[in-house]
Amino acid sequence: MRRIFSLGRLLTLIRKEAIQMRRDRLTFAMMLGVPLMQLLLFGFAINSDPKHLPAALVAADQDKYTRAMVTALEMTGYYDFTYPDATPGEAARLIASGKVVFVVTVPSDLGERIERGDHPQILIEADATDPAAASGAISTLGAVASDAVLRATGQEWDAKARAARELQVVVHKRYNPEGLTQFNIVPGLLGVILQMTMVMMTAMALTRETERGTMENLLSMPVSPLEIMLAKVLPYFGVGAVQVLVVLGAARVIFHVPFVGSIWLLFAGILLFVMSLVILGYLISSVVRTQMQAMQVTIFYFLPSILLSGFMFPFRGMPGWAQYLGETLPLTHFLRMIRGVMLKGAGPADVAGPLWMMAVFVLIFALLALSRFRRTLD
Amino acid sequence: MAEENAIEVTNLTKSFGDKMVVDHVSLEVKRGEIAGFLGPNGSGKTTTIRMMCGLLRVDDGEGRVLGHDIRHEGPAIKREVGYMTQRFSFYEDLSIEENLAFVAGIYGLGRKAVRDTLADLGLTSRRRQLAGSLSGGWKQRLALAACIMHRPQLLMLDEPTAGVDPKARREFWDEIHQRAADGLTVLVSTHYMDEAERCHRINYIAYGKLITRGTVPEVVRDAGLSTFVLKGPRLAEAQRLLRGKPGVDQVAPYGVDLHVIGRNRVELEASVTEAAHATGSEACPAETSLEDVFIQLMGEAQDNME
Repeated sequence: MRRIFSLGRLLTLIRKEAIQMRRDRLTFAMMLGVPLMQLLLFGFAINSDPKHLPAALVAADQDKYTRAMVTALEMTGYYDFTYPDATPGEAARLIASGKVVFVVTVPSDLGERIERGDHPQILIEADATDPAAASGAISTLGAVASDAVLRATGQEWDAKARAARELQVVVHKRYNPEGLTQFNIVPGLLGVILQMTMVMMTAMALTRETERGTMENLLSMPVSPLEIMLAKVLPYFGVGAVQVLVVLGAARVIFHVPFVGSIWLLFAGILLFVMSLVILGYLISSVVRTQMQAMQVTIFYFLPSILLSGFMFPFRGMPGWAQYLGETLPLTHFLRMIRGVMLKGAGPADVAGPLWMMAVFVLIFALLALSRFRRTLD
Repeated sequence: MAEENAIEVTNLTKSFGDKMVVDHVSLEVKRGEIAGFLGPNGSGKTTTIRMMCGLLRVDDGEGRVLGHDIRHEGPAIKREVGYMTQRFSFYEDLSIEENLAFVAGIYGLGRKAVRDTLADLGLTSRRRQLAGSLSGGWKQRLALAACIMHRPQLLMLDEPTAGVDPKARREFWDEIHQRAADGLTVLVSTHYMDEAERCHRINYIAYGKLITRGTVPEVVRDAGLSTFVLKGPRLAEAQRLLRGKPGVDQVAPYGVDLHVIGRNRVELEASVTEAAHATGSEACPAETSLEDVFIQLMGEAQDNME
């Protein structure tokens, strides 16, 4: 048994890794500083429900109905009429050049139609090149239209008097798991930040030894692959723990993200996730030959995992094959777990699926890494 | 543990891709012996050593190192062998003491081993210095100390004195001889001839093949070379004249002398006498040096390759 695993040897190896980590000041600072920076940056910057989008108004005559309509739209917070009296030609150019995202066209007979009780129509053109950006604004249109109809069915004088109130557009944002607000982004960011540092650092663990020539020496000593793997991976649990505390603390204090679930369940999920990441990094490390290759493989892995995990785009919005691909990423399951536990107060039974999946990843990655490990220099 | 030989390998073979780097090399090293492992750059010395310490898989061939099968008992070999790599391969971002403590921890040695080694090296006061900041000579001493800390029975040194000044080299070899006298077996690869002459026996490898082995006088005798030394005012002219003459294999200036070496003594002597006559220089027979033998062997090995 002592041949395969000895605690003394493992501790010696870990001590060495810890010293090296501490000596590499820049990397060490990066591992602790970057999470906070990224959290502040992305937590505040990423918002895919943007408001105050520039809009142009094309209206033949600016009667009280048109003004009421414009006010109603502006009240939703999504529209800012930066060009309140554009001609149809100007409006077409504005939307093409991207100066406005919406063009609202009010027909000249709007007032007549409303007074007649006929179904009045307004046309809203949206720049749908960024569908996510426009979707919120478009979703408010129905309310605005029906309000206009409602008001038209009432008495004319009454309608005038209540116009301001009646035209109020209430955007009812019902609970939406992929609603992409800070509440959604910040827990997700914890996953992305952990993934970034854990995978990248461990991916370089073995290649650094190979490149500096120390691998030859290490392998000529009686150490086992298991000991090397554990020693390379365990110190990052400490780094990961600090990152988790920093991000969760900031989520609470700076972003006021609600925290409804069990903290221990959350920690258990994070632990599984970190394990899968460090071992994945180690697996990469055992396959590639240089630190440069390790970086490339890591980045190659990052992009799909950020795009397909449901961190940036709604998971259910993706076609089936992309969802299958997304299922193979630990981040996907981590996001389900953390959003479930933190935001929805999910219990162990609710997040058993993601937890199991992450445990499976840990096992698969560890077996692959140990079988890939080159005990020799071949 | 009663075997007479610390290393006994036969027909070791290793290829990288389709290039055969080590071609059926057999080696024997007696216990307590300092064995030199010589050969030009890229001749397969490092690969052979790595195979014997269990760092590379063997394609073909078999053997025992300290009684352990090199194919299957790598871990056992690693515990009993000290291997000093060609390139300094301790951690440059760890201090001297931390490096030694690391090695001690791996082999399960106590703090005392570290303290003693530091004291032996005379590095106690500099123990907190980073290993990367040491000079070449000190790095080599540190590496050697770290390799023998666990009291191995066999030490394999891969070009240990590259980039080390003559005084440090001398001290290094004194240390090696002392250890050998205490029973340590040493296999040392080098391409310095003066170092080869400090070994009990030498093994010469070129282009992956073992060319010759034995003690230095044996190797020189077996090569069957004759050497003449020319002294005179027009040596450059003599050198040109001798090139390609019958019996002349090598012509090499050594300071104010010209060494002419060949396998066929009769033809060589005739050519040398003729050249000496033509250039007004004086020719006399001399001892063949180990270097001359190696250059001869290298040339022949290369011819065989082509």
